[in-house]
Amino acid sequence: MPVKITPKTVNTDFIKKLEELSGQNIHLCMQCGTCSASCPMSENMEFTPRKVMHLAQFGLEEGLEDVNTCKVCASCHSCTVRCPRGIDIARVMEALRQMILRKNINFVEPSKIPAETIKELPPIALIAGFRKLTS
Amino acid sequence: MKIKYYPGCTLKSKAKNFEDAAIASLKELDIELEEIDRWNCCGVVYSLADDDLIHMVAPVRNLIRVKEQGGDKVVILCSMCYNTLSRANLLMKEDEEKRNTINSFMDEEIDYSGEVKVLHLLTFLKEEVGWDNLREKVSNPLKGLKVAPYYGCTLQRPREVGIEPLGSFELMTEFLEALGADVVKFSAADLCCGSYQVVGNEGVVLDASAKILNIADSEKVEALATSCPLCEFNLGKRQGLLMEEKKIKKEIPTFYFTQLLAVALGIDPEVCRFDLNASASLELLKTRNYS
Amino acid sequence: MAEKSSKQAPRVATGDRAILPEGASTIPVYVMGKKYEVPESLTIMKAMEFVGFKFIRGAGCRGGICGACPTVYRKAGDYKIYFGLACQTVVEPDMFLAQIPFYPANRAKFDMETIEPTAEAIHALYPELFRCVACNSCTKACPMDVDVLGYISAMKQGNIAKAAEISFDCIQCGLCASRCMGELPQYHIGQLARRVYARYIQPKADHLRKRVEEINSGKYDKMLEDLVAMSKEELEKHYTEREREPDLASPGEWKPQDTQYL
Repeated sequence: MPVKITPKTVNTDFIKKLEELSGQNIHLCMQCGTCSASCPMSENMEFTPRKVMHLAQFGLEEGLEDVNTCKVCASCHSCTVRCPRGIDIARVMEALRQMILRKNINFVEPSKIPAETIKELPPIALIAGFRKLTS
Repeated sequence: MKIKYYPGCTLKSKAKNFEDAAIASLKELDIELEEIDRWNCCGVVYSLADDDLIHMVAPVRNLIRVKEQGGDKVVILCSMCYNTLSRANLLMKEDEEKRNTINSFMDEEIDYSGEVKVLHLLTFLKEEVGWDNLREKVSNPLKGLKVAPYYGCTLQRPREVGIEPLGSFELMTEFLEALGADVVKFSAADLCCGSYQVVGNEGVVLDASAKILNIADSEKVEALATSCPLCEFNLGKRQGLLMEEKKIKKEIPTFYFTQLLAVALGIDPEVCRFDLNASASLELLKTRNYS
Repeated sequence: MAEKSSKQAPRVATGDRAILPEGASTIPVYVMGKKYEVPESLTIMKAMEFVGFKFIRGAGCRGGICGACPTVYRKAGDYKIYFGLACQTVVEPDMFLAQIPFYPANRAKFDMETIEPTAEAIHALYPELFRCVACNSCTKACPMDVDVLGYISAMKQGNIAKAAEISFDCIQCGLCASRCMGELPQYHIGQLARRVYARYIQPKADHLRKRVEEINSGKYDKMLEDLVAMSKEELEKHYTEREREPDLASPGEWKPQDTQYL
């Protein structure tokens, strides 16, 4: 998917919000791709973490809302501990998630999960899952 | 000796085997796990958004319970609870502004500033019992059992709360060696099983878990030792489904490290609740005559 | 209803026939933002009736047990939110209050006859349970001093008995649900825990089972038929001359003269 970047598409408010929420300077990213290589979920992501960091640097909020990267991230911190620039990428992913969740959007609907699934899942899965994937 | 203990929700239900095996084993080692009174769920995952302090309240409240009940240390078995409580503890110790906000929000509780030491059971065993002492108490060594330590994400990451440095798996390796097992060097020991995504993206988790199990198979691992009920679910309980979907070729038994401890200490297998593990786990113990 | 009989203070009969003594003073309270002078020592409910409110909704037993009159209030110069039952809480000067007679909270559909008596079954009916963040706002809101976070934690831990025990004093007023960040209907979850506990888990009282069998077998039918056949006079005589157990008799010490039904 080609992404068009013009001065108009750069949303500086979005960059500012992302940096505030994550506490990270996303401009430190040098696009080495260590995060993507470390990520156990990247095969199932529409954009790899590296690409997400790149789009974030250009403030492409709309483009980022539509990709599943932050929704698939399992907060395993593999990227965080390996980033040569010291960026806590797990926090950037959390900030992206929160920016969507805080619009009162849920990634999973607790009331729609089948009863059998809930009975089978351990509480630890439901608590963590709802914490990360519901608003 | 008595030590304050925080169980966590899952150890009281689906992972009762994790807890029961620990309590019985520690009793054998003359240690009593003293469950803290009025504890609540820690929230499992540590909040990563900078302004999200409300999710710190759950873990901090538990640390306050330890403090008000006279404890200066708390032992945790579940690696996700360990991670969340450790990180919240660190925040309360180091970030004055956030500490003040959290303390003033919890105006019904005593103030807290990171006084309690949060310990994972493996660290506690090494420091308080010692591997040599443990080895002496082993009456049923797990000779010939090729076990790999599986740390998952939360025992080592992030660095500041890891039970040992990144990439080092000494703690559980030495523990398993003390139990008499043949510890296998496992290259997927800190690979993520997919964690809570089992709620939202089941397929992704099946792939991630299958990857770990296939690496284990190729590295001749006979059993995995875990410290996390979510890893145990994704890697253990889901093996039937993974076989059905042909994502793995062979089932690999998974155990909580406390269950292996109990078996090595000669504790009645009934106590370890192997019925809660995936079926392959119990079969392995039976064929090896450990139970 | 206010009857002015002294210069300073009103002499009033409130909704509950209490007459205020001479010289009783009044205090200002704010009901939904509007200031009223009400006699001190009244409960919120009586004070509201005193100033002219009529309860169509939000008043029930007036005895602190039905949970119909939960009230939220603040005090001047204090950031805290206070909670109470209007029929039990006494007014204070400069109290800012409003009643919350109803707060929406979904109650799951279940069949008591077929529900599995397991924590998992309750989890499946209320998965939002796992959204609790332990903020404790529920416990702070409870007018019955129930440890709401305590029973929600117990239910998360799969301990139905503990949840039933801790939530026992709940009167289903709904204030907990009104304050919940995780959007849980706590009081419905507690109620389900108590029902499942009572129906399936709690040991059954053996004497109750025996007595029910006796009743069903017709052991007491004649006694009732005799009573039904009595005239009003006979019935009154029978009542006034009834045998009574002495108030302080220790258990098993006293027996009636007529033992045919024991």
